[in-house]
Amino acid sequence: MSELTRRTAADLAQLLSSGEVSAVEVTQAHLDRITEVDAGVHSFLHVATESALADAAAVDAARAAGEDLGPLAGVPIAVKDVMTTQGLPTTAGSKMLEGWVPPYDATVVRKLREGRLVMLGKTNMDEFAMGSSTEHSAYGPTRNPWDLNRIPGGSGGGSAAALAAFEAPLATGTDTGGSIRQPASVTGTVGVKPTYGAVSRYGLIAMASSLDQGGPCARTVLDAALLHEVMAGPDPLDSTSLTGGYPDVVAAARAGAKDGIAGLKIGVIRELHGGEGGYQAGVLARFDESLALLTKAGAEIVEVSCPSFTAALPAYYLIMPSEASSNLAKFDAMRYGLRVGPQGVEGPSAEQVMAATRAAGFGDEVKRRIILGTYALSSGYYDAYYGSAQKVRTLIQRDFAAAFAQADVLVSPTAPTTAFPLGAKLDDPLSMYLQDVATIPANLAGIPGMSLPSGLADEDGLPAGIQLLAPAQADDRLYRVGAALESLLVESWGGQILDKAPVLDAKTLEAIR
Amino acid sequence: MPAISRDEVAHLAGLARIEMSPDELDRMAGQLDVILGAVAQVREVAGDDVPATSHPMPLVNVTRPDVPRPGLSAEQALAGAPAQQEQRFRVPRILEED
Repeated sequence: MSELTRRTAADLAQLLSSGEVSAVEVTQAHLDRITEVDAGVHSFLHVATESALADAAAVDAARAAGEDLGPLAGVPIAVKDVMTTQGLPTTAGSKMLEGWVPPYDATVVRKLREGRLVMLGKTNMDEFAMGSSTEHSAYGPTRNPWDLNRIPGGSGGGSAAALAAFEAPLATGTDTGGSIRQPASVTGTVGVKPTYGAVSRYGLIAMASSLDQGGPCARTVLDAALLHEVMAGPDPLDSTSLTGGYPDVVAAARAGAKDGIAGLKIGVIRELHGGEGGYQAGVLARFDESLALLTKAGAEIVEVSCPSFTAALPAYYLIMPSEASSNLAKFDAMRYGLRVGPQGVEGPSAEQVMAATRAAGFGDEVKRRIILGTYALSSGYYDAYYGSAQKVRTLIQRDFAAAFAQADVLVSPTAPTTAFPLGAKLDDPLSMYLQDVATIPANLAGIPGMSLPSGLADEDGLPAGIQLLAPAQADDRLYRVGAALESLLVESWGGQILDKAPVLDAKTLEAIR
Repeated sequence: MPAISRDEVAHLAGLARIEMSPDELDRMAGQLDVILGAVAQVREVAGDDVPATSHPMPLVNVTRPDVPRPGLSAEQALAGAPAQQEQRFRVPRILEED
């Protein structure tokens, strides 16, 4: 039953609970698919064949014994390599952690295990989640299943590509400035950054603690909701996790698909629509089409202005590196991870070993951000840079508050362009950073955001994404509107967007090796 | 005048404990200068009356019952150590020789 890999997670859950297929069959089908295509796509840094099959067999046994299992029990999932997994290697895409097997599970991972999802392996990512193309992985880039010579987005390119290549029906992500949403956009998949604090950060290798947020990656809005429900919840091990106010996102997704969105007010953010920002024509055309569909479905479209958003990217590139430089100080070659000695020094000091190790273990982008953060936090510059950036954060929150007074949900294109060719932006960090211009404001304000496919751009036939944003702790609105828009779009396309992706056959895969 | 000089980058790399070759310093200084040039505008955006935001959500104190629970065993904690001795992390010298 090879088409098992093309099923949604919701379908698989149904087939599993009715006993039509076993968890072992479903897991084996996905492992086979990984074997077939991953040498070309490179979504995975580690494939956990043995433990996945053992976990699947345990689910089948539990089901046979009549145990009460969670809704996604037996459904396979790919886990971003930034999440610690006891017994499975966790590298965060860095040489610094090559071969590290954590002694504990991230809370999210524990929840996946408790929900009896089957972990297929760990997915590739930009080193320590720093990047928008997955090219900053120390283990080589992931390739976009739509065109193997293009980037799958980043930092969660491995998770997004695993979904688009039908290697996994679900995946996890983390989003600091767009690392769930931008990969979703360029691979024709769905990704959600929940409200800050909705998903525990315990065990998520930190980049910028006030911005990082774990979330679900899937091929449909309902699947994302099902995974969101498993991942979210208060956690005593993360003092910033929300203690309450978790809306029912699964019910919202079902209601959106069934009841539609008549009467809802949808705000188009003027500053993130056309004109400046280098938005590709095909991305804007698909975005406008989505707006037309929403209007036809009875939503009211209003234009909102968020004038401070022009300063969001600069503020982000001060706050994020500042927090990152501090978070990454823990990689000191003493307790875990890489240790290398300096060249030609006999009996080196701990400090020399530290400096040599960090030189060898970190890639260029990580070094850039650590230096930038060290600069922004140094005395004499702190107020001008870090302090000013924190004020911009206040202005962005005020812009959102004003916009949400006029609209229930805000929308923009997710990323300004479709997937660009591998290597195109590697030597120009700033142009890489611009990929996140539309996704960053949500992280600075802590509000939830979703990206879902809006169609294929005319000029290159590659997927474009539309971003939905909702007020903090109103994540359900994303799912309601997202599911409604998705059903309208799928109807207009006459099928799922990924049905239009090129077939990854032996010839295509061989060509890039 | 560049926003950041090569010497400053060398100093920062020292503070951040990252060894850098001369070539790397050249490249890094050029790239950081471009990035800083692009982010410098934050200084002009917000007036003195705007408060700073350090955290996206209002935080409240959270407490949990003061109940002991097991932590990592010594073996688990040392499992990833680059070097260990007598159930402790073995580190390079931390004091000068003399």
